[in-house]
Amino acid sequence: MKKRMNKTAKQNAITYGIVILAYIIMQSMLMTGHISSSLSGLLVPFCYYVILAVSLNLTVGYLGELSLGHAGFMCVGAFASVFFTKCMEDVITVSLVRFMLALLVGALVAALFGVLIGIPVLRLRGDYLAIVTLAFGEIIKNLVNVLYVGKDSSGLHFSIKDAMSLGMEPGGTTIINGPQGITGIAKDSNFTIGIVLVLLTLFIVLRLISSRDGRAIKAIRDNRIAAESIGINITKYKLMAFSVSAALAGLGGALYAHNLSTLSATPKNFGYNMSIMILVYVVLGGIGSIRGSVIAPVVLNLVLDYFLRKFQMMGDNVVLQFLSDNRMLVYAILLIALMLFSWSPKAIEWRERVFHKKQPKEAE
Amino acid sequence: MAMLEVKNLGISFGGLRAVNGFDITIEKGQLYGLIGPNGAGKTTVFNLLTGVYRPDNGNILLDGQEIAGKKTIEISKAGIARTFQNIRLFSDMSVLDNVKAGLHNHHVYSAVAGIFHLPSYQKEEKLMNEKAMELLQVFELEGEAEILASNLPYGKQRKLEIARALATDPKLLLLDEPAAGMNPNETQSLMDMIRFVRDHFDMTILLIEHDMRLVSGICEELSVLNFGEVLAQGRTEDVLNNPQVITAYLGE
Amino acid sequence: MSFLNYLISGISLGSVYAIIALGYTMVYGIAKMLNFAHGDVIMVGAYTVFIATASAGLPTIPAIILSMIVCTALGMAIEKVAYRPLRNAASPLAVLITAIGVSYLLQNLALLIFGSNTKSFTSAVNFPAIKLAGGQLNITGETSVTILACVLIMIGLTLFINKTKPGQAMLAVSEDKGAAQLMGINVNGTIALTFAIGSALAAIAGVLLCSAYPSLTPYTGSMPGIKAFVAAVFGGIGSVPGAMIGGILLGIIEIFGKAYISSQMADAIVFAVLIVVLLVKPTGLMGKKIQEKV
Repeated sequence: MKKRMNKTAKQNAITYGIVILAYIIMQSMLMTGHISSSLSGLLVPFCYYVILAVSLNLTVGYLGELSLGHAGFMCVGAFASVFFTKCMEDVITVSLVRFMLALLVGALVAALFGVLIGIPVLRLRGDYLAIVTLAFGEIIKNLVNVLYVGKDSSGLHFSIKDAMSLGMEPGGTTIINGPQGITGIAKDSNFTIGIVLVLLTLFIVLRLISSRDGRAIKAIRDNRIAAESIGINITKYKLMAFSVSAALAGLGGALYAHNLSTLSATPKNFGYNMSIMILVYVVLGGIGSIRGSVIAPVVLNLVLDYFLRKFQMMGDNVVLQFLSDNRMLVYAILLIALMLFSWSPKAIEWRERVFHKKQPKEAE
Repeated sequence: MAMLEVKNLGISFGGLRAVNGFDITIEKGQLYGLIGPNGAGKTTVFNLLTGVYRPDNGNILLDGQEIAGKKTIEISKAGIARTFQNIRLFSDMSVLDNVKAGLHNHHVYSAVAGIFHLPSYQKEEKLMNEKAMELLQVFELEGEAEILASNLPYGKQRKLEIARALATDPKLLLLDEPAAGMNPNETQSLMDMIRFVRDHFDMTILLIEHDMRLVSGICEELSVLNFGEVLAQGRTEDVLNNPQVITAYLGE
Repeated sequence: MSFLNYLISGISLGSVYAIIALGYTMVYGIAKMLNFAHGDVIMVGAYTVFIATASAGLPTIPAIILSMIVCTALGMAIEKVAYRPLRNAASPLAVLITAIGVSYLLQNLALLIFGSNTKSFTSAVNFPAIKLAGGQLNITGETSVTILACVLIMIGLTLFINKTKPGQAMLAVSEDKGAAQLMGINVNGTIALTFAIGSALAAIAGVLLCSAYPSLTPYTGSMPGIKAFVAAVFGGIGSVPGAMIGGILLGIIEIFGKAYISSQMADAIVFAVLIVVLLVKPTGLMGKKIQEKV
C-alpha cells in the first residue's frame, strides 16, 4: 500500500518539478537579460495554454468525453474577471489583491456556466456531446459580442442592442462595448502569477483524479453501466468533472485577459478553433496524461513558433520556413498520425509484434 | 421474511412480452439458479431487478422493501449488486481501484477533503484500502492489485467483477453466467468460490447459468424460464427431472 | 412581401444545408461517425470549380462534374486512409479526433495552395430571376436552381436507397454491420460508397453555396458544415427525409433570426435550436430510438 502511494506521489512530484524547474530557468534568464523579447512575451501564454490543456484533459482523459467548447469557458472567465477588475479599479487599489479576486471571479463564473451548460449537455454522449459543446462555445462568443454594459452613478446598465440604449447619465462609462469588448485593461498578469496558477491547476486536477470522486469519474468513463450498478451517481460526477474543468478554463481565461490591454471575443481567440487548438495540445501530450498536457503546449509553441523563427533568421531554410508558416498544418498531420498510430487495431498489433514483450502495464 | 420476493413481474418491448408473470421467492442465504434456453428472458429479469429496465407491472420486495421501478443507483444502495454476462470492469483502472469504486457509497468524504487530503480523506482511504485488499485476498487477486483490470486473464476478470459487486455490501448478489468461457477446472474453482462467498459473507445469491454441472452442483433451488414465463420452480433435482424442462431444453 | 422574400431565401439556404446534411446523415447512419471534415470537402469542391472555370477556362457543367469527381476521390481517400483503420478502435474518441484532424488538414492545405485572401466566386447558375407580384417578390436564379437541385437529389437518393442493390446494402449495413457481413454484403465497399456519394453531394453543395454567397476562403466550408450537421441532428440522424426537413427548417430559422432578431445572433440561434432539439427529442424529428444493450 505504502509503495503505491509513493509511486503516484513521485510521478506527481516530477510533474510539479518540471514546472518549477522551467520557472527557475526562465526567471534566471529574465533577470540576467538572456532572453529575447519575443520569448519573454510567450511566457504568460505558456501558462494559460498549460492551464487550458490540463483542464481540458480532465474532461477528455478522465471523463472520457470530447468537449469542443473549452474556449467558451475561457471566454466567460476572461470577461467576468476583467469586468470585475474594471468595476473595482477605484475600490480595490492593491492590484495584486484585486487580481486574485478577479481570478476567483473568473473561475467561479466559468464554473457556474459549466454547471448550467453541463446539466443539459451531459445527458448526451460522444459525437453529440462534442457538437453541442461546440455549439455552446459559439453561443457564448456570440452573446459576448452583443453585450453592452455601462456604469454610472446609479449603477450598472445592460443592453444587447448598442451602447446608446444603455441609457446612462452623461458621466457614465461603457465597460463592455459589444464587439469592441473591454478596453484599457490593467496588465496584472505576469509569469510568476502564471506559474502559481499552473501549479494550482495541477494540484487540483491531480488530487481530484486520485480521490474517491476521481475514481467515480474514471469508472463512468470506463463503463457507465457498471458504474451505475455499483451506485455511482453518473450525473453528479459528470457534472463535477465538467464544472471543475470549466472553472480552470475560466482561470486560464482570466490570466489571458489580464495579459492584454483590450479584450474582445473573436473567432480567433474564443472560437472553436481555439477549443480545437487546446484539444491538439491534449491529444499530442497524451489523452489522460496530465504531464503531457503540461509539456505539449510549451514544446509545440517553442518549437514551431520560437525556435523555427530563430533558425530561419540564421539561414534561409525552406523546410523550416514552411514548418513555421504552416503550424496548423503540422498540428493536423500530427493529430491524424498520432491517432492512427495509437488507436488503430492494426497499429497496435504491429507495435506488439515489434516490441513483442507484452508486460502487464502498471496502473497510474 | 424472504430476502427477495418477486410477484407478477412483467415487461414488454414494442409489443413483445419479454417477461410475463414472473414470480420468485429467495430466502436469506440461499443459492438460487435461474436457467432457461437462450432468449428466454433471464438477463431481462436481472435488468428488471437492478432497475436498468422499469417493469410494466409487478412487485419486487428486497428484504421487505419495495424496489420495483426505482433507479439503478437506489437499488444498489438498497442492496442488490450484480455482475454482467459480458464482463464490465473499469478496464483502465487498477484492480484495487475497481474494488474501491465498489466501496464508493460506504466511505464518503467531500471533494474538498480529497483535494486537500484532510483527515477524513486519510481515514476513509485507509479503510477503503484495507477492505479492498481483504476482498482481493478472498478472490486470490491480492498479488495483482496494482495492475490494470484489462490486463487480468479472463477468469480473474470474472472474479474481480464479483469482488467489486461484493464491495457494495449487498444483501443479494446477482451473477450473470459467471462460468461463461471457463474451462472445467476454472468452473470447479468458481463453484468453490461461490459457495465460499455465500458462507463467508452470509450472502444470498441468484445466478444465471448454462453450465448444468455448476447449476446442479451448487444451486439449492431453481427457476426455469421459457419464453419469458416460469416453466418450473423448486428444488434443483426435482426441476432438472421435470419432463417439461427437459423438453424445453432438448426440443420435441 | 419581405416575409415571403425571407422565407424563400431561407428555403434556399436550407436546401444547401439539406444537401450537406445528407452527407453527414448517411455517413453517420452507416459508419456511425461524425465526419467532421465533410464541411471542408465542400470548400474543396468550390475551389475546384473556381480554378476550373477561372483559370482553366472550363465551362460550368464540366467544371461541376470535375469537382464532383475530385470530391468523390477525396472523400473515399479520407475514408480509406484516416477512418477505416480506426473503425474498430477501442476508443470512440479516436475517429472523431482524427476527423477533426482531417478537417484542419484540408483547411490548411487550401490555405497553403490558394492563400488566405477571399476569392470572389462567379455564380455557376445561368438561370433568370423570377419576379412576382409586380417585382416585390424576387426569386433569384440561384434560389430556383438550389431548391430544384435539392428536390432532385432527395428523390434520386430515396430511389437509389430503396430500389437498388447497393442502396439496400447501405440500409443493411446501417442496421447491423455484423449481420450484413454474414449475408455476404461488402461492408467496407458499402461504407466507401456512402462516403463517395456524400462527397459528390458536397461538391454540388459547394457550388450552390458559393453561387449564392460568392466569397470563397479556406474556411468557407466549416461553419456551413457544422450547421448542416445541426440540421441532420434536427431532422433525425440517419434519416434522408429528416436531413431535408431539418436542413430547410434550419435555413428558414437562420434567415428569420437574422432578419427579425439580430444579425449577429443568427449563429447562436441556430445552435440554440440544436440544443433544444437534443433536449426535447434527442432522436430528432424523424429519427429512431436506439436502446443500449446491457
